[in-house]
Amino acid sequence: MNEKVNITINGVPLRVDENKTILDAAEELNIKIPTLCYHKDLCVAGNCRVCVVEQVGTNKLPAACATPVHDGMEIMTNSLKVRNARKHIIELLLAEHNAECTKCYKNGNCELQELAAEYKIINQEFMNLVADHGCTIDDFSPSIMKDDSRCIRCQRCVRTCAELQGVNALTVAYKGSEMKISTFFEKPISDVVCTNCGQCVNHCPTGALIEKNYIEEVWEAISDPEKHVVVQTAPAVRVGLGEELGFEVGERVTGKMVAALKRLGFDAVLDTDFTADLTILEEGTELLHRLKEALVDKNPDVKLPMATSCSPGWIKYIEHMYPEYLPNLSSCKSPQQMFGALVKTYYAKERKIKPENIISVSIMPCTAKKFEANRPEMHDSGYRDVDYVLTTRELAIMIKQAGIEFMKLPDEHYDRLMGESTGAGVIFGATGGVMEAALRTAYEIVTGREVPFENLNITAVRGEDGLREAKIKIENPVKEWAFLDGVELKCAVAHGLINAREVMELVKSGKSDYHFIEVMACPGGCLGGGGQPIPTDPEIRKRRMEAIYAEDMGMPIRKSHENPEVKQIYQSFLGQPYSEKSHELLHTKYLPRERY
Amino acid sequence: MSVTTYQLKRVDLIFKNENDWKQILSKTLKRKKEDIINSLISSELKGRGGAGFPTGMKWKLTSEAKEETKYVICNADEGEPGTFKDREILTQVPHKVLTAMAICAYVTGASEGYIYLRGEYKFLQKSLYNAIGEFERYCEEIGFHFRIAIFMGSGAYICGEETALMESMEGRRGEPRNKPPFPTDSGYLGKPTVVNNVETLVHTYTIFKYGAKKFRDLGVQYSRGTKLFSISGDTPIPGIYELELGMTLSDFVEEFGDGDTKAVQVGGASGFLVPRKRFAETQIGFQGKLTGVSLPTGGSMMLFNSSRSMFNVLNNYLDFFEEESCGQCTPCRVGCQQLLKGIHAVKRGDKPAVYLNKLLKLSENMQYTAKCGLGQSVGNSFASIVENFREEMIF
Repeated sequence: MNEKVNITINGVPLRVDENKTILDAAEELNIKIPTLCYHKDLCVAGNCRVCVVEQVGTNKLPAACATPVHDGMEIMTNSLKVRNARKHIIELLLAEHNAECTKCYKNGNCELQELAAEYKIINQEFMNLVADHGCTIDDFSPSIMKDDSRCIRCQRCVRTCAELQGVNALTVAYKGSEMKISTFFEKPISDVVCTNCGQCVNHCPTGALIEKNYIEEVWEAISDPEKHVVVQTAPAVRVGLGEELGFEVGERVTGKMVAALKRLGFDAVLDTDFTADLTILEEGTELLHRLKEALVDKNPDVKLPMATSCSPGWIKYIEHMYPEYLPNLSSCKSPQQMFGALVKTYYAKERKIKPENIISVSIMPCTAKKFEANRPEMHDSGYRDVDYVLTTRELAIMIKQAGIEFMKLPDEHYDRLMGESTGAGVIFGATGGVMEAALRTAYEIVTGREVPFENLNITAVRGEDGLREAKIKIENPVKEWAFLDGVELKCAVAHGLINAREVMELVKSGKSDYHFIEVMACPGGCLGGGGQPIPTDPEIRKRRMEAIYAEDMGMPIRKSHENPEVKQIYQSFLGQPYSEKSHELLHTKYLPRERY
Repeated sequence: MSVTTYQLKRVDLIFKNENDWKQILSKTLKRKKEDIINSLISSELKGRGGAGFPTGMKWKLTSEAKEETKYVICNADEGEPGTFKDREILTQVPHKVLTAMAICAYVTGASEGYIYLRGEYKFLQKSLYNAIGEFERYCEEIGFHFRIAIFMGSGAYICGEETALMESMEGRRGEPRNKPPFPTDSGYLGKPTVVNNVETLVHTYTIFKYGAKKFRDLGVQYSRGTKLFSISGDTPIPGIYELELGMTLSDFVEEFGDGDTKAVQVGGASGFLVPRKRFAETQIGFQGKLTGVSLPTGGSMMLFNSSRSMFNVLNNYLDFFEEESCGQCTPCRVGCQQLLKGIHAVKRGDKPAVYLNKLLKLSENMQYTAKCGLGQSVGNSFASIVENFREEMIF
């Protein structure tokens, strides 16, 4: 038990745990202290100093985020001394900041702008320093743009890249007035170990790090009468989009999102969940094949554990950091890219549209998907499989631009052919979801029975722990899979690349004998993706996760292999899972990359 | 030495080398730990790096910390402009420093020590390693297990700040940490750590050798003992001097001035500028004097005569801080740039003279809000120069 201490904040007495900071304590009293460098996902930096408060009896103004309370402490959060100092700090940040807000992508969603408005920083007498820094914009990456002139050096991105992801692509360079956030040898973001996960974008308080947006390109495609514009929506978008458009965190807006996309003018609104289900059949089959080849045939070229390949941030991470384990990755493309390859082949054929006239757009909770769509391997349809990738945030911008009153929209349904999905497809949006969906299907293929969990909910693979393990014993399999009788299938689930490293180190050390690993690059899985609404923090991720599982429970079909459109595509187009046709369109290869 | 009428006493304790470190070491290691700490506390020795934290208290807190592993670090990142005493100590009496580190290790329970040596002092590395080799051999002989390593700094001023120093030692960027926790609880590698300035350690040697009373008898109330001063600028006799604490600036200038002293910068770039009219009321020592001003210093004393432009002096300091700020916290990173650009704008006439008031307010807020001692003390020289030589800033 923590010791309690007595303090006062603005004269109000409070009894509080002694390990709490002044900021935590103030929150208990519903007193807001402004912050910039502070983020609930990250360690405390205490470097912006916006949260300074007065500690009665001392001369200094301590940073509320970084100072623990102690007994008898008297804090003033809004004294004249505090206000004056805080205004100076905001003014200093603005002097160093390219404050041409109307030319900024984050205009209206910028923490510095909010503070400047709150404190009415109108008479800016300090000298403008922006020109001194000779700032450069890095827009080489297809996913992420960095504009140093908008940077306030809070180092949230640096801490994100180090603590949440363990990638350290972004770091601090130089000192004093020249201090800035940079990369290894100041190379462009596209040329370093960056995985494009976009967590830095999601954690940036200003417009210094943003996604590369393709909004205008999509508008142009929509208004081109020659083009048939198809859109797919990833599972996690439906539990995040509402936050940008007036709904509470955790509200499911699937039907309204579909309605909005139709009103935006997309010719067909389809669902990535469909290819998520397809992924399960392909990847589940691949896993069973691998198990057979490794356990029965003893083929040394077949690697276990098999790792999921849905998360493009994770793919690029393993390509940089553990290239020797690329054979362990499932050869399955991500649902987005499976969808892209099928839209310009299967869909085009069925709908009798020339593939060159199809523009395929995807709405993703992710910035790495932009990079993935841009990979040279992703042209198996004979065209670029996915033309444009928009984040959840970019979709919200388009909906606002179109003047759609999102909250008042009716619920509508996805279009047919590639719009049907199951609960198993939906849970791809949460960490552990691919694992759970795969087990629901694989277990049933092998044993002919449903997974032995109440309501099909495999709770052991769910949750927020960075690394989770689960075992499932296979008993009385059907004849074809008799060799698996009594085998205990060992699975691991990791989310956030810092945990991916942990699981890979376990594999590398030989201490674990997993058969199957699911890794998602972002904390919480796709629902906490770099392209999701800002802010994202532990509490928000939890609510989005609840929404994902509620969506799953609400679906009439909850197993991928029962998706009627999936059955149909195998019947009329692909043949069998893991077939030659599947390999041609739905599977891919990976590329070892350097660390520097 | 001739008898002087003013209160300024030269002392010769630090550099007096009777080569008795083996004897002092073995004698002191036989004493009880509490006894050593109590004698340090009663000596009233305060840290000589500039901040003036009671040394005995620092050792006591670290000795009480409940951890297996602890460290002793000698801060030899002497970077304050106008300070050059530690270099001399490490050249002339390195064994005294090593002995003090070993005794500190004995008292606190540490078994490893580091000397964080300023990058520019690389030329001292070899002789120091020789001294360390000899010292460690003797420790082995008497059965005391203590190892000392040298960690080379890379030239950043901020790494003299103890927490930035430890960040740098741990292989990270030299940025000050949030305090608390203090190094005595969680320092190098998260373990309780004593970080002492080179000179502080030598003073403990003096105390171990002569006893606390002899030390306390020197100096004045709140400012006991002697201090090494690095004296530079417009003086006919620049150099390093050991003086008793508590002298007034008048006495000091009489001894070291060139007859035309306009102002003295006490404590280097992060210290205060004292104009002639305040020499008599200003004492050199730690805060706590009842009347007048008492100025602490890491030992840098820069004298300026009437040929000097105080604008140039301030410009020089600000230029230094603007570059040497680590850049992490807003008040320091941006504040230093604003002060520097601001005084130039006023000088050029681009900003009105009253803009100096805004800058003074800023420098005051930097003092309240900056994360570490660097940003907090930029305002010292800024305010004392601008307030006393405002005319020189404008015209």
